[in-house]
Amino acid sequence: MEKRFYKVYVPVTLDVDSDGNIYPRSIVWEDGHVYEIDRLKYRCRAASTKVGGCGMRYTVMIEGKETYLFEEDGRWFVEAKDAS
Amino acid sequence: MDRIILHCDMNNFYASVECMLRPELRDKPVAVCGSVEERHGIVLAKNYKAKAYGVKTAEAIWQAKQKCPNLVIVEPHYEQYLRFSKLAREIYSRYTDRIEPYGMDECWLDITGCTRGRSGFEIADEIRRTVKFELGLTISVGVSFNKIFAKLGSDLKKPDAITVIERASFREIVWPLDASEMLGVGRSTTRKLLYYGIHTIGELANAPEELLKHIAGKNGLALKRYASGEDYSPVTHQDYVMPIKSIGHGITTIQDLENSAEVWSIMLELSQDIGSKLMKNKKRAGGVAISIRDNELFSKEWQCQLSLPTQSPSYIAKAAFELFVRGYGWARPIRSVTVRAIYLTDSDAPIQYNVWTDPEKLEKRERLDLAVEAIRNRFGKDAIRNAVLLMPMKLPEERRVELVMPTGMVS
Ligand SMILES: [Mg+2]
Repeated sequence: MEKRFYKVYVPVTLDVDSDGNIYPRSIVWEDGHVYEIDRLKYRCRAASTKVGGCGMRYTVMIEGKETYLFEEDGRWFVEAKDAS
Repeated sequence: MDRIILHCDMNNFYASVECMLRPELRDKPVAVCGSVEERHGIVLAKNYKAKAYGVKTAEAIWQAKQKCPNLVIVEPHYEQYLRFSKLAREIYSRYTDRIEPYGMDECWLDITGCTRGRSGFEIADEIRRTVKFELGLTISVGVSFNKIFAKLGSDLKKPDAITVIERASFREIVWPLDASEMLGVGRSTTRKLLYYGIHTIGELANAPEELLKHIAGKNGLALKRYASGEDYSPVTHQDYVMPIKSIGHGITTIQDLENSAEVWSIMLELSQDIGSKLMKNKKRAGGVAISIRDNELFSKEWQCQLSLPTQSPSYIAKAAFELFVRGYGWARPIRSVTVRAIYLTDSDAPIQYNVWTDPEKLEKRERLDLAVEAIRNRFGKDAIRNAVLLMPMKLPEERRVELVMPTGMVS
């Protein structure tokens, strides 16, 4: 069975350096749980083929897992796997 | 030398944007419909699935639904189309500033002189992949030596494909096509041409001038030229968006510049003037932009940020020259050079040093620049110069300095 994904907009904590570079530090999940971002691996412009939309894509490590975090026109979202 | 012109066409633009934003629509037949009045809405765009059912642009929703009962009707979101149109142009602008939009979803790009040794196909393919990766949309690209054939090419293979139409072989590709496929041949012209037995572009190219003049007047002759590959219309420059404030100097040389050393001395000279202006206006440059125009009057811009805001002519010149060396391929001699200081900040604003800057060296540099400036002020511009500037330069006698300063800029 093909996995379904949906778009979850999340609150994000960011650090911004003097050049304006943005470093996401943590996100708040739908249930209120705060997930720390252990590492920012990569940043590029990309579309989300799974849930639609495009913007700046941050490849981050959260709890040992690689995840994409997107910034699209100022809002942040992740591609969440459908629980069902 | 032939031009290299691309025509990039975003496939099923409205419908593709809708499907891209809502992946759940992707596997369904989708039509974007204008809903001016609910019951009289018409199809504005459709995806390939809907096309397969025979759904056509401009037909009424009820007609489309008859052909395809499970057609998904979505409302247009123009702000999104505008956004993706802009994002696509931003990608194109990484390759050239000669971009001519044709509607929201199509653009011509003249990449002559910007290829860095790569072929038109290679660049077209990179653009195609980039648009797909960054925007999640497909484009088809026509690559040719003129705008008419580039446009034609982008229609030949789609979606997500490249078609190259070269001068050596355009007759085999283009001439068998229906005349109506060519830009400029509208419905009424097509009908008239058919009446006189002209069906294909090849027949159009070989039709007697008198007949075409009779059929479509002057326009008829233009169409014959287009069909023969003789379209020389330029890709009009995209309006270059200037940074809010900049100080720039440009020079058109009396003789073409032939080598980098000559460009370097011109840049040093221009940077001296820019440095003076920066000091007078109490500004520092946070970046440098250069624009080079070759002797065929094609111009190209490059810009960079400086790690530290500066007023120093030598730093500006160095940054400008680095941009030049990296960017310009010396396809042709150079006619004019412009250097601009951009991202200006107030010079009394504090500078953030980083661990790698050597403040002492920087200060020395600034003191030297100030001293040079003082001498220039007291004894005139030519009282003191960088030694390299003593080489014979191809500056115009009466230094015709064109100030490149749109409204609202420091002069
Ligand atoms: Mg299109």
